Amino acid sequence: MGADRALPEACLMTLWFVFALMTVAAIFAVLWPLGRGGRAERQDTENQGSEVAVYKDQLAEIERDLAIGLIAAPEAEAARVEIGRRLLAAAGSETAPAPRSNLKWRRAAAVLALVGLPLVAIAVYMPLGSPRLQDFPLAQRDRAPGMAQSLENLVVQVEQHLEKNPTDGRGWNVLAPVLERLGRYDDAVRAYRNSLTYNGESAERRSDLGEALTATAGGVVTAEAKTEFERAHALNAEDPKANYFLGLAAEQDGRKDDAANIWRALLAKAPADAPWRPLVQSSLARVGGGSTAPALSDETMAAAKDMNEGDRGAMIRGMVERLANRLKQNGDDVDGWLRLVRAYLVMGDRDKAMGASTDARQAVANDAERLRQLNEGLKNLGLDG
Amino acid sequence: MIAESGHYALVLALGLALIQSFVPLIGARLRDPALMNVARSAALAQLLFVGASFTALVMLHVTSDFSVANVYENSHSMKPLIYKITGVWGNHEGSMLLWVSILALFGGLVAIFGNNLPLSLRAHVLAVQAWIASAFYLFILMTSNPFLRIANPPIEGRDLNPVLQDIGLAVHPPMLYLGYVGFSISFSFAIAALIEGGIDAAWARWVRPWTLVAWIFLTLGIAMGSYWAYYELGWGGWWFWDPVENASLMPWLAGTALLHSALVMEKRNALKVWTILLSILTFSLSLLGTFLVRSGVITSVHAFANDPTRGVFILLILCLFIGGSLSLFAGRATALKQGGLFAPISREGALVLNNLLLTVACAVVLFGTLYPLAMEVLADFKMSVGAPFYNLSFVPLFALLLLAVPFGPMLAWKRGDLLGVTQRLLAAGVAGLVAVAIAWGWARGGSALAPLAIGLGIFVIAGAVTDLAERTGLFRLPFAATLHRARGLPRSAWGTAFAHAGLGVALIGIVCETTWNSEYIATMKQNDVAHVAGYDLKLDGLFQRQGPNFREMIAEFNVSRNGEALSTMTPSKRSFTTRGSSTTEAALLTRGASQLYISLGDVTAEGAVAVRIYHKPFVLLIWWGPVLMAFGGMLSLSDRRLRVGAPKPARAKQRLQPAE
Repeated sequence: MGADRALPEACLMTLWFVFALMTVAAIFAVLWPLGRGGRAERQDTENQGSEVAVYKDQLAEIERDLAIGLIAAPEAEAARVEIGRRLLAAAGSETAPAPRSNLKWRRAAAVLALVGLPLVAIAVYMPLGSPRLQDFPLAQRDRAPGMAQSLENLVVQVEQHLEKNPTDGRGWNVLAPVLERLGRYDDAVRAYRNSLTYNGESAERRSDLGEALTATAGGVVTAEAKTEFERAHALNAEDPKANYFLGLAAEQDGRKDDAANIWRALLAKAPADAPWRPLVQSSLARVGGGSTAPALSDETMAAAKDMNEGDRGAMIRGMVERLANRLKQNGDDVDGWLRLVRAYLVMGDRDKAMGASTDARQAVANDAERLRQLNEGLKNLGLDG
Repeated sequence: MIAESGHYALVLALGLALIQSFVPLIGARLRDPALMNVARSAALAQLLFVGASFTALVMLHVTSDFSVANVYENSHSMKPLIYKITGVWGNHEGSMLLWVSILALFGGLVAIFGNNLPLSLRAHVLAVQAWIASAFYLFILMTSNPFLRIANPPIEGRDLNPVLQDIGLAVHPPMLYLGYVGFSISFSFAIAALIEGGIDAAWARWVRPWTLVAWIFLTLGIAMGSYWAYYELGWGGWWFWDPVENASLMPWLAGTALLHSALVMEKRNALKVWTILLSILTFSLSLLGTFLVRSGVITSVHAFANDPTRGVFILLILCLFIGGSLSLFAGRATALKQGGLFAPISREGALVLNNLLLTVACAVVLFGTLYPLAMEVLADFKMSVGAPFYNLSFVPLFALLLLAVPFGPMLAWKRGDLLGVTQRLLAAGVAGLVAVAIAWGWARGGSALAPLAIGLGIFVIAGAVTDLAERTGLFRLPFAATLHRARGLPRSAWGTAFAHAGLGVALIGIVCETTWNSEYIATMKQNDVAHVAGYDLKLDGLFQRQGPNFREMIAEFNVSRNGEALSTMTPSKRSFTTRGSSTTEAALLTRGASQLYISLGDVTAEGAVAVRIYHKPFVLLIWWGPVLMAFGGMLSLSDRRLRVGAPKPARAKQRLQPAE
């Protein structure tokens, strides 16, 4: 895409030509007064204001005011005397400065304009500007081939449509999972909520919303998410997603037996070819197999590192990655940042941990309270700014 | 091409400003008219290039070119056109570009209309303007560049902060900046005078109108901002003593003082050194305001410390210009010739008193603004200085000032007669006392000071009227003669009267609003009726509507008084999807100068809505006052006459003689 947008050579030439024209105009502005004839200069010098001229005008003004009757004769007289005094003083001290033309300095100024101006302009512009990028107004982009097909563009089109027709429940239904896949969990949550509002209650939609909420929390089944799963469960006790996440919630709460029971029941009722079977089985193995810590806790991370099992390691890395992505989009979450830093530390990736803590500081820099919390948390983790 | 050309134009403006900073100064030293004239053409070219740069940014916003980072971060393709344009200065980078554009505009105006200035003065003034301009061009290019690009542009922008998506943004910042930056002219004139080592009558004649222009815009800008906050933030408050507001109030106070001292200087050739100092201080406060607002130091000292590039840069500019100009002042002020003498009781004396009170009031606000910051830096202790502090410090000072206002214009130049003026103001005083009595009898509850303050407001207004009556000879001369005199009266005299009356009007509005406003906060269901200050407001229902880039929930209220239906009011709450935030659009019903104000809170699960209803008596006077002041300023500005303060001869009769 970047290649499409680089300027063709002809356009680049035009741009440099425009720059050159502008530079010439700027130089001309400096050279013009230097090159004007002596007569124009003398005229300027003669026309310039002076103290004496102002006082003379003021004297005339007093006469006018007196004629209209704005001031009385004695006052006019007093004012005349005072201004007269000032006029005399000014006329005495005012030695009209004779204009002198100084050819040497004029030449220096001309050289400054001819050489200095373009040099400064280029020296400042080159590191800052992007002369190779062409304009990209929206009207032009809709017609750009290739762009129209991209997933993001489609999403934007659907979003724009929904902005105008917010009650289109089907649209929200289509949009929500796509947003979730794109990692825009917050938007996905909103889309699922709208879908619920306009399509009505269903266990599936409730548990989808719960899943999105869990994703925004970086894989933790929050109280809010849990409520959604419970509602889904109430609507349909068989809903596999609700059951799975209720189990996960129990695991994260430390109730590993409850988790195991829920998952066992889920597996018992599951069709043999259900695509989520392996996931539930491995989860069950996790709680059954002894490592019962909440997701993304130090122990889980350590366990994952020791065992180095392909599946679990990938899952945890995926979770960490998702958390990192989410924080990149919305950096307000201090706890999230701390969780991320800790995850990197446990995974033994100190560089990434340092990088994440720097990002975190930048992200919450505008909020003193959050910054303080973050710094304390980082100190506890043994990372000092 | 537009983006890069705009960027390059800004760079060229920097180059021109650098040349304009030095060449004219050398020219003035060598008395070479050609070198001095470089200032004029360079200033005009600068205006051209900055104008082009600003236009380019506007075009990029209008066409939603998200390959420009500034557009991506602050615009949205669905935004209405007007907000696409106003959004240009609704963000840091764009607003700084507007700042320099206005600076260049003022420089260009001096270049165009400065033909009757002494050549060397014009050269110096424009060179100083160019110093300021260079500093800010560098600031923009290095730390806040609005033309930075994104190689792979996103398809949609992040939208403008919804609170700013209002017509207020179209008017308020440009007005305010015209005011802030306008004071740079008097600053440049002051520095030029210090460099040249003398102030002459031409200097004074020039500075006052420029100061007046800046003052008019600043007055309107502040009033507009206050009204905007009043209807947009949904709390019905119009002034919060917030650091950002103080940042605009301080230059206003100093600028008002400057306006009055420049008057003395123009008419009487006195107070020269003080006027120079005030010019420097006023613009320094404008710069300080820019620093406070733009560096993020207000939100939090820590945020500032975390991303210090911008803040430190502005702080550097601040120190350079304020420190530099004050040291120059300290070194050169003694060399300035002292001007005309005057007795303590005289128009000049009154203006000195005015200056004294205004600068002390300004210092109080400065203290209140900076003290919390200092505490946060030094003691790591967050505090805020609010209304109680200003009520005890700023308000008494201003009451004193207002008490003195009617006396000022009635005192004669050079030596005045306080007793005579007091006698002539007797009628105004009586009017004030009657107002106190009426307010006392009529008021229910509220502060005991409120009726007194209303009396003061009436006294100020009546004083302005008395001044006009005295000058035109109303009641003293035949009506035809009065009319003739009124026509001959300088427009500046009318301007003074209007501006001073505006103060009284605003004061009455402020007192009435703060003392007798009534509020009603409740959760209302459909068909509930609220009773506020004799009005009945019935909630007819809630419904949804789709705007261009937001959804809104509208509540419809039927307003009636004594069973007689008056109007419907429709406050709303807008939610903006892109930023995921919402704004409250208050509904206002104006009845004379009073207003009913409804703003919506959240909707509860049962479909009831939280509502805040206020009745604000005479609230509009708060803004009519400043408008009146600005109108007075414009009258005075339109007065192209020269200004001579004719002194009364020592033994002359006190009364004006009939002219015929």
